[in-house]
Amino acid sequence: MSSIYLSILAVLVLSGYFLGRARATAVAGGNLSKLHSLPAYHGLFTSSAILGPMLLLLVIGSPTVAHLTQSIALSSFPAAVRSDPLQSSAALRDAASLAAGQFAGQVTPALRNAADSLAETRQWGNWLLVGLGATIGLLMLGLTVGRISQSFRARNAFEKFVLVLLILSAAVAVLTTIGIVFSVLYETLRFFYDPALKGRPTVTEFLFGTEWNPQAALRVDQGDIRSAFGFVPLLVGTLLITTIAIGVAGPLGLYSAIYLSEYATPRVRSYVKPLLEILAGIPTVVLGFFAALTVAPLIRGWGQSLGLDVASESALAAGLVMGMMIIPFVSSLSDDVINAVPQSLRDGSYALGATKSETVRRVVLPAALPGIVSAFMLAISRAIGETMIVVMAAGLAANLTFNPLHAVTTITVQIKTILVGDQEFDSAKTLAAFALGFVLFFVTLVLNIIALQIVRRYREQYD
Amino acid sequence: MTDILASGSHLDAARLSGDATRAKIRARYRSEVRFKAYGVVAILVTGLFLSVLMISIFANGLPAFWQHSLNLELSVAAEDVDPTGKRDPAELRSGDYFAVARKALEAQFPGVEGRTELKKLSQLLSTGAGDELRRRVVSDPSLVGQTLQATLLLDDNADLYLKGAGTRIASRAGHGIVTPSAASGEVRILSTSNDFAREITAVKATLTDRATTLRVEAGRLERANVPETKQKGQQAREEAAALQARIDGIAGIEQLDDRMPSLLIAINGGLVKAESVGPAEIIGTTLLPLTSTGDAKSGDWRIVSYITPESNRKATDIEVAFLERLKANGKIEGGFNWLFLTGGDSREPELAGIRGALIGSLLTLLVTLILCLPIGVMAAVYLEEFAPRNKLTDIIEVNINNLAAVPSIVFGLLGLAVFLNSLNLPRSAPLVGGLVLALLVLPTIIIAARAAMKAVPPSIKEAALGVGASHQQAVFHHVLPLAMPGIMTGTIIGMAHALGETAPLLMIGMVAFIVDVPQGLTDSATVLPVQIYLWSDLPEPAFQAKTAGAIVVLLLFLFLMNGLAIWLRKRFERRW
Amino acid sequence: MDTAAATVPSNRRPASNSAKVIARKVNVHYGDKQAIKNVSVDIPDRGVMAFIGPSGCGKSTFLRCINRMNDTIASARVTGRIEIDGQDIYDPELDVVQLRARVGMVFQKPNPFPKSIYENVAYGPRIHGLSGSKAELDRIVMDSLSKAGLLNEVNDRLNDTATGLSGGQQQRLCIARAIAVSPDVILMDEPCSALDPIATARIEELIDELRSNFCIIIVTHSFAQAARVSQRTAFFHLGELVEEGPTPQIFSTPRDKRTQDYITGRFG
Repeated sequence: MSSIYLSILAVLVLSGYFLGRARATAVAGGNLSKLHSLPAYHGLFTSSAILGPMLLLLVIGSPTVAHLTQSIALSSFPAAVRSDPLQSSAALRDAASLAAGQFAGQVTPALRNAADSLAETRQWGNWLLVGLGATIGLLMLGLTVGRISQSFRARNAFEKFVLVLLILSAAVAVLTTIGIVFSVLYETLRFFYDPALKGRPTVTEFLFGTEWNPQAALRVDQGDIRSAFGFVPLLVGTLLITTIAIGVAGPLGLYSAIYLSEYATPRVRSYVKPLLEILAGIPTVVLGFFAALTVAPLIRGWGQSLGLDVASESALAAGLVMGMMIIPFVSSLSDDVINAVPQSLRDGSYALGATKSETVRRVVLPAALPGIVSAFMLAISRAIGETMIVVMAAGLAANLTFNPLHAVTTITVQIKTILVGDQEFDSAKTLAAFALGFVLFFVTLVLNIIALQIVRRYREQYD
Repeated sequence: MTDILASGSHLDAARLSGDATRAKIRARYRSEVRFKAYGVVAILVTGLFLSVLMISIFANGLPAFWQHSLNLELSVAAEDVDPTGKRDPAELRSGDYFAVARKALEAQFPGVEGRTELKKLSQLLSTGAGDELRRRVVSDPSLVGQTLQATLLLDDNADLYLKGAGTRIASRAGHGIVTPSAASGEVRILSTSNDFAREITAVKATLTDRATTLRVEAGRLERANVPETKQKGQQAREEAAALQARIDGIAGIEQLDDRMPSLLIAINGGLVKAESVGPAEIIGTTLLPLTSTGDAKSGDWRIVSYITPESNRKATDIEVAFLERLKANGKIEGGFNWLFLTGGDSREPELAGIRGALIGSLLTLLVTLILCLPIGVMAAVYLEEFAPRNKLTDIIEVNINNLAAVPSIVFGLLGLAVFLNSLNLPRSAPLVGGLVLALLVLPTIIIAARAAMKAVPPSIKEAALGVGASHQQAVFHHVLPLAMPGIMTGTIIGMAHALGETAPLLMIGMVAFIVDVPQGLTDSATVLPVQIYLWSDLPEPAFQAKTAGAIVVLLLFLFLMNGLAIWLRKRFERRW
Repeated sequence: MDTAAATVPSNRRPASNSAKVIARKVNVHYGDKQAIKNVSVDIPDRGVMAFIGPSGCGKSTFLRCINRMNDTIASARVTGRIEIDGQDIYDPELDVVQLRARVGMVFQKPNPFPKSIYENVAYGPRIHGLSGSKAELDRIVMDSLSKAGLLNEVNDRLNDTATGLSGGQQQRLCIARAIAVSPDVILMDEPCSALDPIATARIEELIDELRSNFCIIIVTHSFAQAARVSQRTAFFHLGELVEEGPTPQIFSTPRDKRTQDYITGRFG
């Protein structure tokens, strides 16, 4: 149905362009410079005047039609079904599949009724929409073409339309953030405060509980499972792996950056930079596979030869590979800030007889410190939010341990584990993933905002 | 004045000639060298990481592009593929081509008749071994009843064995004249010379190793305080003593087990697996039946051993025997594994391919590109050219920078809650995947596009404004075209990022096991990185190679895209 | 409401007796800083008016008020009244694009579009719909290039990229580009400051040729140049218009002390 609508739209928009252009040329009477705007702009304006309202109608109209159809179809079911959101949505699904001729279950009269009315109202609604759209389109076409005159400022009007498009595009980024905040926040609040939810923890239990076992939430009837949502083991696991990662990437990234910006010849730079870019471009699923296939057995082997008990999904393996992932991140950000330190500072230091390393350590690094700190913060936020490496190389069991040779789990691993597979939006287990997502979003957001603020101030200082 | 001069020159002299200061300067230079070395080491370690990663992936992945098959002459029996004899295409399509393949394979081993042996034999074939044959027969029904040369896909384990994951095989000619007691089943082989002395020694060496390990283990266990553990230690010590008795005893008949290299005798066209061995005799069973029970002269029979113990490999002795025989007969051929590139996903490693995932990735990226290129560029144009400088614009800007650093899994949560749950869009569909990835990549493209537009000198815009172009005309006619190479570079890099992204797609259900290649934007689909993740989780070793192989393909695409971006940058880079 | 007094630009318009551009009490602020203070001046049609003064005196800023190029700077605020042919150019009803089509501009540094020579000149006529056909457009381009004295040098390579021309040629191309839309007024913001003396002389000759058809306002650093090319001169200092009059008079008998100091080289 929407394809019919869209083809009518396309036809009208195209004819609007050509009609508008032709009309404007006719109005000009052979002397184009008599027109305020070029004929093409008259055409474009006519098109946009059709496109805007018709798209708006589609965006508003089709969900409205869908909603109306559903409520009409729902009225064929008994009140008990209608009042329960779960049952009613299941009933609607059944009716929809019956209407589409793909229903395999038992067909009750109510269901048959619902399917019939669903199909009928949907058809009527859609035709209504198409008719309305075509009318509006034609109306706009007539209105705008009729308005074309020598002095009509079609260009200015069309540019206003374009400006609105530009603003809407810029708003998408903001809407994304709002969407993230609201969707995550809403489910999180339900997790803590929805009275209909069985087994929900309090905020304190969540934040300070030391046991994480969301699977237990499935056995609601078997007693108290509020203790199943203790966030601490996940936090410790995440921090452990992040610490290892920063322990690897910090020195390696920073020293590479120092070497590249202060010592390396352009030739060396031209080889090493792409190397870091390649590393940065490797998908994390590849690194995760590498961690699980190569690094973890290697560490386990070494550990065993030293007589240590190493888990096959040790935090060390995941942390090492994650460190690998953020080396290019640390190094390119640090490289930027080190390069932003003015040459005059270095020259001043050299003039006092300092060696290069003394200049770097005593002058350049202190001057670049805020930038480097923010690079590390961004790297930490990266590491906390990284999913695939830990999903593939770290464990599932929420052990509360600081031993890097043991298996730990992380926030992202738990989100992934809970949400992959069947989700029910009314179980504490599923909502717990959103609570974790909220924590993750919040923590990384704070880290990012602080880091970006530091960088911004730092840039302004030397600009 | 003179004082100052004097003290000054005194200082200078001390500075330049004092041993202590000279040592200090040397120390400073040493620390300089050290500092520089740290940098070099950091880069080298990073490089080492990267090379180990690449080598490990490619070494694991390249075998996935190679597949072994059987090339046998077989007859397409009508009773298997067309029992009614109507040559009806539907009937032909549902024929039992695996049976045809199985029979052809069994014909290669005439004497093999036991149920277990035949089962082992048919397990060498992939469950999809008949697929190729089916295609040929359906497209040309006249082949029914004919004898033809066919390529039959081997099972993943057989394939792995042939790729070298099996065992090293040693073989030497026997000295004595030997007499087998039977042609099949239980066989006793007597030699006229001490042909198996070497094997006896090897067995004893293995036993000695085992006894040593047991004693060490026993010592460790006995030190424990727990009574049960102590008891276990006692047992281990007793076992070790029993082994020692066997080792010390005179060379009698030694029992072989599956933790020792397998010993086999190739004789009279058959193969006997030894179960026990004496200096001049073997007792065992036939793997491949013998043609006769006649004597074999010196040099006409061979002593074969499969070095890797049977318990340490996937292919059992009989499978090795079958495959080696087929190989020796030239029935096995290897070739480029087209199925890997053209097939959909499958539970059978040798049938699994990445085409479905590739098409899924393509569709997803298409949606992403269509959405985020225009939106990203328009947003950048607005922010760079038309947005008034105020608090709101500031917020948008901070917001975009932050969005670029939000963990990707959070975008998955957004997709799940908004696109699937609220808007009821189909799960696992490239449409939703593309939407989520578009939101994910949008900040990158906006930032890149803004940077590219900033790099266009303002004088160009002024020139356009000066001849009376409107602001929008100046931007769309001049600034944007000049910024386009930069925008395209940023877009390609963003797309490469999207191609490798996995986590958010897991959230919106693109992890289902999907055999069919997706046909449209709303079909269930998976993408390449998710396919990699799914395969990496499977236990079969062959899937590990498939995983690495899929990674090789993914990396190839990423290198191509990044290469294109670099080329664009180099080709259209303009210095103002 | 949507109508604008669209004047059809034409080269053969009669010279008006009154002033072409009239500015009254023009003030320009950049944020808190005042760049132009109460400037009032009449600029006659046909001829060259030079704005001189030390750097930072506001002469360029004032020039940019005349075609509202200051609109592109967000923090700039213009008050007062500027009229061209009696029409207030800061009238909110006026389309700034049409204004700029009537008031051409040549910038300090040559800024040709990175396109072909032909496209550079054709761009203006195209967006203003000045030509109905390709042939007409060709005629406009050739005409403008020849008026800018560039046609002989580039006739055989009209499709070459403009950035390959020499600096002086580029600047003459920019002048050709400006006159291609048949403006009434041409603003030149130190058009020779990035050029060598020979290219400068060539541009000055061109300005002299163009003055019979256009009202040209030129900002220049060098009063020698002002003396060579202009008929009238206005001296700016610290955002104020100090004095204005026929060029020979300004240079020989300035009324204001500051003008005298500048011309005799005390400052600037």
